[in-house]
Amino acid sequence: MSEYIIKNGHVYDPVQGIKGDKADVAIKAGKIVDKVGSGAKVIDAKGKTVMAGAVEIHAHIAGPKVNLGRIYRPEDKLFSCTPTKGMERMGGGASIPTTFKTGYEYAKMGYTTAMEAAMPPMFSRHVHEEIRDTPIIDEGAFPVFGNNWFVMEYLKNHEVENTAAYIAWLLRVTKGYAVKVVNPGGTEAWAWGLNCLSVNDPVPYFDITPAEIVKGLIEANEYLGLPHSMHIHPNNLGNPGCYETTLDTLKLAEGFKAKNKFGREQVMHLTHTQFHSYGGTNWGDFESKAKEVTDYVNKNKNITIDTGNVTLDETTTMTADGPFEHHLTGLNHLKWANVDVELETAAGVVPYIYSPNISVCAIQWAIGLEIPLMMKDPMRCYITTDHPNAGPFTRYPRVIKWLMSKKARDTQINAFKHKDKVLSQTAIGTMDKEISLYELAQMTRAGPAKSLGLAGMCGGLKPGMDADVAVYDFNPEKPVANPDDIEKAFSRCAAVFKSGVQVVQNGEIVSTGHKRTLWVNAKVRDNPQVVRDINEKFLKYYSMTQANYEALGHHFVPNPYALEVDATNV
Amino acid sequence: MHQFILPTEEYIVATINVNLISGRTIQQGVAIESGKEKPSYRTACGIIEIDPSDLKKLGAWKSTNVRVTSDYGSVIVKAIEATQGPHPGVAFIPMGPWANSIVNPNTYSTGMPTFKGTPVRVEIAANEPVMLGIELVQKQCGVKSA
Amino acid sequence: MSKTITDVICPFCGTLCDDVEVVVSDDGKKLTEVYNACVIGTEKFLHSQSSDRVTRPRLHQEDGSWKEISYDEAAEYTAQMLAKAKKPLMYGWSSTNCEAQSVGNEIAEISQACCDNTAAVCHGTTLIAVQDIGLPSCTLGEVKNRADRVIFWGCNPSHAHPRHMSRYSIFPRGFFTGKGQMSRKLVVVDPRVTDTAKMADVHLQIEQGKDYELLNALRVAFKGEWLPDVVAGIPKEKIREVADIMKSGRFGIIFFGMGVTQSLGKNHNIDEAIAVTKDLNEYTKFSIMPMRGHYNVTGSGEVFAWQFGFPYSVDLTRGFARYNPGDSSSIDLLTRGEIDAMFTIGSDPGAHFPISAVKQIAKVPSVCIDPHMTPTSGVSKLHVPVAFNGVETGGNCYRMDNVPIDCRKVVEPPEGMLTDEQFLIKVRDRLKQLKGAA
Repeated sequence: MSEYIIKNGHVYDPVQGIKGDKADVAIKAGKIVDKVGSGAKVIDAKGKTVMAGAVEIHAHIAGPKVNLGRIYRPEDKLFSCTPTKGMERMGGGASIPTTFKTGYEYAKMGYTTAMEAAMPPMFSRHVHEEIRDTPIIDEGAFPVFGNNWFVMEYLKNHEVENTAAYIAWLLRVTKGYAVKVVNPGGTEAWAWGLNCLSVNDPVPYFDITPAEIVKGLIEANEYLGLPHSMHIHPNNLGNPGCYETTLDTLKLAEGFKAKNKFGREQVMHLTHTQFHSYGGTNWGDFESKAKEVTDYVNKNKNITIDTGNVTLDETTTMTADGPFEHHLTGLNHLKWANVDVELETAAGVVPYIYSPNISVCAIQWAIGLEIPLMMKDPMRCYITTDHPNAGPFTRYPRVIKWLMSKKARDTQINAFKHKDKVLSQTAIGTMDKEISLYELAQMTRAGPAKSLGLAGMCGGLKPGMDADVAVYDFNPEKPVANPDDIEKAFSRCAAVFKSGVQVVQNGEIVSTGHKRTLWVNAKVRDNPQVVRDINEKFLKYYSMTQANYEALGHHFVPNPYALEVDATNV
Repeated sequence: MHQFILPTEEYIVATINVNLISGRTIQQGVAIESGKEKPSYRTACGIIEIDPSDLKKLGAWKSTNVRVTSDYGSVIVKAIEATQGPHPGVAFIPMGPWANSIVNPNTYSTGMPTFKGTPVRVEIAANEPVMLGIELVQKQCGVKSA
Repeated sequence: MSKTITDVICPFCGTLCDDVEVVVSDDGKKLTEVYNACVIGTEKFLHSQSSDRVTRPRLHQEDGSWKEISYDEAAEYTAQMLAKAKKPLMYGWSSTNCEAQSVGNEIAEISQACCDNTAAVCHGTTLIAVQDIGLPSCTLGEVKNRADRVIFWGCNPSHAHPRHMSRYSIFPRGFFTGKGQMSRKLVVVDPRVTDTAKMADVHLQIEQGKDYELLNALRVAFKGEWLPDVVAGIPKEKIREVADIMKSGRFGIIFFGMGVTQSLGKNHNIDEAIAVTKDLNEYTKFSIMPMRGHYNVTGSGEVFAWQFGFPYSVDLTRGFARYNPGDSSSIDLLTRGEIDAMFTIGSDPGAHFPISAVKQIAKVPSVCIDPHMTPTSGVSKLHVPVAFNGVETGGNCYRMDNVPIDCRKVVEPPEGMLTDEQFLIKVRDRLKQLKGAA
């Protein structure tokens, strides 16, 4: 059955500018089409909301630090196990779901594409094994570059072309999707127990600054013309006053223009902005600087951001910002795991409880909501929880509820033990805005797809695009009686299609489809120097051989989808 | 070198008490890859390494078969002089079925048996043979060998 | 004529050397020489060529003899055994690849089995400690390039991980360690003067079983506080000397093994060792790494974890995953007589479990999947030999520092032999029919 017609739903599609009109969506052979024959299976979407499948731009769902989190937190499975049922494999894990559960949970909420936010290149085989075992959703993974020895050595001498050649090689051998930067320079410093807390702190030995690393990688990214922009987790995450480092980082994008064939318009994507919007000088005078950060991003249109919403749960933090995690375990004294990765990066894992009784957590919650409420262009601001760092991705419906309902926000504010501090240190109490379904579609579908360079493929319902469609039991014509109904409606879809195959029906998995691994195949001119540098570092410094590093056979990536980039004539 | 008269049934056989540990050796590794059915496995693992001072107390030649007994079982192995000593009071049987016939199997609710640190008694058993690996296990399990 | 295959991965221990070279005949059927591997790895590759291999499944008869059967019949026997059992145990997994482990997990889920790997007798207690306190660690290349302080605690790499010191931990000249072993100070803690201890700058010949006390004393020494004259058989001056060595380095690493995981204290020993490492991070950079034994026990833990949520001792008998070492762990399950069918693969519990647990294996229906004849196959009802993983078939494996390396096939298996994965797929498909799942 490859023809479907989703009839009479309220369609929200920013790609075509459809703002809730009743319209039919036709699916044939995996694509959205103008119309289908009378034999098409009918999906009744009367009184329901229809959008493209959602696109997760940043989550930690596959790879060594994710699995380290699973291994070292058996308690995360305590109340969250799901048994084998029908075609669903068993699952478990509240903040770090097992891979099968991850795929099912995303699909049931209407997500059809997800990006693993940080792949340590040496561990690409692990990342891809977990991606392969995550059913239904298309996935890609971002290799990290901001602490990479090759990158730091080339950019010290501003060798952009060599950097680009290295990036192209690494994306190919790791089947990676984009240039990810985490705590540039600081994570290499962490290999000696140090850090870089500002964009001008030089990296020990390599003697290059985070600013130089970031600018160099933006240049290399645009030299190649990759589908996505450089994607950055800035220095100084999580510290009171860090917003200044964030502004310094954002300013590094000034003067750069996006160059690519994928419709992308930004040169920098700043991730989990909530963690980078802190004022004050200590935890006592800790305050929101969401306005300062969003003012800048509103004015500078070559930047996109995602929110990193705190959901007020017990969760697990995990990031390639190794020194930050060591700092965090010093604060909350919960178990700390760390892995430094030779020549490339590091990762840290620490559990965290965002308690509504702690003023700092409540302020963080507020900042996470201020940001999307103050961003003027929803096509440049996307909803995430930096899963699982600020909260599990399964809480997206709750975040949506808070954004769509001031009443829901007020209920939460009134439930805070330190409500007064939330109101004094942030502006959330003054914000009446409630986002519309159209804005929601921009922030969770069309926007992230465009930022990722996938605007032609997904994030919209234009004929020719992939038939990734989500139908929610949410009637936009009925007033919302209880904001919790919003959360309920967005938790379990009435129907979800992935590449034209129905995968969810009435909130249950009915098929696992044929998920794809998205990656970027960038071609550059032959570069003998980079080839030689790669050979040499493998011979001398890596602990595995180059041939084995490059091995990524079919059993790792059974259904690859390559976005082709030709940078041979730059 | 002292001269000893090989003890017979007419004499009281000395015993020593030592602390038994078990673990890997290169020879054990090579032997398991050659095949545990082979005599090389017995040569590598059907042994107990005893410190020279403890061998002297026992009154044994090196390379004499001994009976090693714990609260959990008993096994015949060949006593040899410690190769990675000195370690008086500690004896070493490479990991394998000989060691596992006598190590402390209690996990104390951790899931892990106590392979290292089992008090054992060693006495000379010069005329008793050391069994081959697979047969040793089959015999204790009551399984017929081919 | 012959050809040389390079970048071959040795499938023996957690060191997972990937620079082995193997010479095979042009038709890929005979393996003649092995270069760069240690003597154990060399034996592994060469033994695959021996003419006395068992090449077909065989059923143990009453009189002790063996009757050869086909792989299909063996798959039928295995599927029937798992379908009928109320609480089967699927144990081992450490000497096979992740693809086979994954099929095994499907089988375990369908048959609602207990599944476990060799961490049960190796670093299981490490996993328990990590679940209590965490794990500051790194990849082996970081040790090679940065480490100037190396501690081997309760492990003997000269014997158990023979090329570890030359490839990663002591001898290599790395980026920041250009003087090789002269850049590093080595401390060995072991009750015996092992071949590894003989190379040490300092050997602490600890009283066996007193590792917890000595680790705790080090933590006191870091703070410069009072110590008794002797702890664990080591004089306090020596303890302070080692504490200073550790604190004065730029990048230190503690490698540890069975000396601390298997002696009394068990997971508490490891907990304290990790606490030592955490404490040291207040003064300098320090990491800790377990010396994993089998070449893919780490992989089994990873696959269990991303599919079921726990790294070993997983109980699926209720249709969802539960974990409770001491309760759901293999030796305890066996000694309590709770298992009514035993499925062993990629390991040898017959040789490496205490005999009281092995006796239970012999009492129940049992299948042993192993290219070798072992004590486990000797007490199992069905022995299914398969191709040697990493030699006659490839597949992903995880090194002791969790780095994934894809093993290679370098030579053909004997005619007609299946791989683990192929046999497990037959079992899974037949089991699905028996259980009525589509």
